[in-house]
Amino acid sequence: MKKTLMFAPLALCASVSLAADLDAKVAEMMKTSFKANGIASIERQVQDEVQKACSSPTQPDAATMKRLEEAQMATIQWPANGDYTGGDWKEGAKIAISGRGLTWTDPTPDNNGGGCYNCHAMDPKEVSAGTIGPSLVGYGKLRGNSEPMVKYTWGKLWNSKAYNACSDMPRNGFGKILTETQIRHVMAYLFDPESPVNK
Amino acid sequence: MKKTIMAVAIGAVALTAPNMQAMASEDLNFDAYRQMLADGNPAELFEMEGEELWRTARGPKNATLEQCDLGVGAGVVDGAAAQLPRFFADTGKVQDLESRLMHCMETLQGIPSAEIINGKFRQGERGKLASLVAYVVTHSNGKKVQVDLSHPKMKEMYDMGEKVFYYRTGAMDFSCASCHSQDGKRIRATQLPNITTSKGAAEGWGSWPAYRVSNSQFWTMQHRLWDCFRQQRTAEPVFASDVTIALSVFMAGKGNGYEAVWPGVKR
Ligand code: HEC
Ligand code: HEC
Repeated sequence: MKKTLMFAPLALCASVSLAADLDAKVAEMMKTSFKANGIASIERQVQDEVQKACSSPTQPDAATMKRLEEAQMATIQWPANGDYTGGDWKEGAKIAISGRGLTWTDPTPDNNGGGCYNCHAMDPKEVSAGTIGPSLVGYGKLRGNSEPMVKYTWGKLWNSKAYNACSDMPRNGFGKILTETQIRHVMAYLFDPESPVNK
Repeated sequence: MKKTIMAVAIGAVALTAPNMQAMASEDLNFDAYRQMLADGNPAELFEMEGEELWRTARGPKNATLEQCDLGVGAGVVDGAAAQLPRFFADTGKVQDLESRLMHCMETLQGIPSAEIINGKFRQGERGKLASLVAYVVTHSNGKKVQVDLSHPKMKEMYDMGEKVFYYRTGAMDFSCASCHSQDGKRIRATQLPNITTSKGAAEGWGSWPAYRVSNSQFWTMQHRLWDCFRQQRTAEPVFASDVTIALSVFMAGKGNGYEAVWPGVKR
């Protein structure tokens, strides 16, 4: 009787440590199977906290999600002068259309696109819009430009993981994909009544 | 004789390619031009070259590949690709078609693997390897993918491949799953298979290597994965490295039982 009791936790231990072994092996392989090329350094193979927690088909429990989201929220840089939407929507359109940047074939880490159309519909006239993210057609027209809405959108663009730790959307500001100025242009593309997104 | 066939075929491709491209941008229906290409897949040129390479004595050892064992016996090409990747006792490793061919080129012909690993896609010995791939997979066209996962090393590779599939990393936090884990999703106009299902895995695994009409290039699965990692914004995967084998075992194993369409034709 005692013996069976002792064996059960041991067996559990064994399978837990096997799983940990596999994770360690995978993390190791993600480094040894790669090489640095141009701006794509081998550091890219190392996960941060959010990436690590969101690397399985099931997302972490609610408490973990909340903790991660709070930490990501704290990384958001809000515009110093309170100017959220004063960019140029035409510049924003270019950034939303361009999906280039940050691959090992890109010469510099600057002047990236946001790749928004890879995942979102925005200008209803653009037929080849991706569907990984929700449609943003009519974004400003439908949601208005109240302070909470504008702030939320800025935050979402800066660090999508602050609102959903395991979001599929990249962290444009936090990840240095886009600059603050570029994000302001994209904000104008979403909110400006003259932007085709709102026509 | 062979030369004339190639020349005629190239002529035909050059004539029809612009047409297909125009169609691709207007018409998102991919099946339509897959159909159109069905009896004239330009990958046939690579297949012919590959067959010749298989039979030609080459390399420092001046040998052919006709004694190469792809897992179903020395020199047997028929049905071999449908059962790869597999565990090979002679190397003690799980190998996909490309790493196995590389092994044969080194052991039989004396062509150093390093030349291929450090080479570039579509060039030099790595380019020749791609033609050999075209030849070998053609002999599994229409066969069911049948990868044996029973060996512990295959099982481990499958499990690692599954983990890699969900492994988020890089400048944009993507994993393979970011782009390939939901039904019916698109990036821009490009349909993405849901590789977390058997059907979707088979769709991806069982249609590469493929001729890409958009850039008139023949790409192997190693090339496909390399470009997906590029889009994922990771560092550059090493040719035939463990990560590429693990993902291949995962996709092939998940796609077991579905028919392969080899070589594929893609947009
Ligand atoms: C790789 C996919 C991907 C890319 C690229 C992407 N997004 Fe998203 N986005 C998503 C997903 C998925 C969501 C759904 C919410 C979530 O879980 O984050 C989303 C949500 C949003 C939302 C919130 C929508 C709502 O209803 O609250 C906004 C705004 C947004 N994205 C804007 C953008 C802009 C602007 C860009 C480009 C600079 C962009 N996204 C790039 C995938 C993406
Ligand atoms: C940022 C987006 C993105 C990521 C991340 C990504 N892929 Fe892809 N993948 C694509 C696109 C786009 C295509 C279609 C390309 C084409 O047809 O030219 C594709 C095609 C494929 C195909 C061929 C599918 C078919 O039916 O032709 C396979 C297999 C595949 N990817 C596997 C993977 C694996 C494995 C990973 C992770 C290592 C991965 N992808 C990561 C975007 C991505």
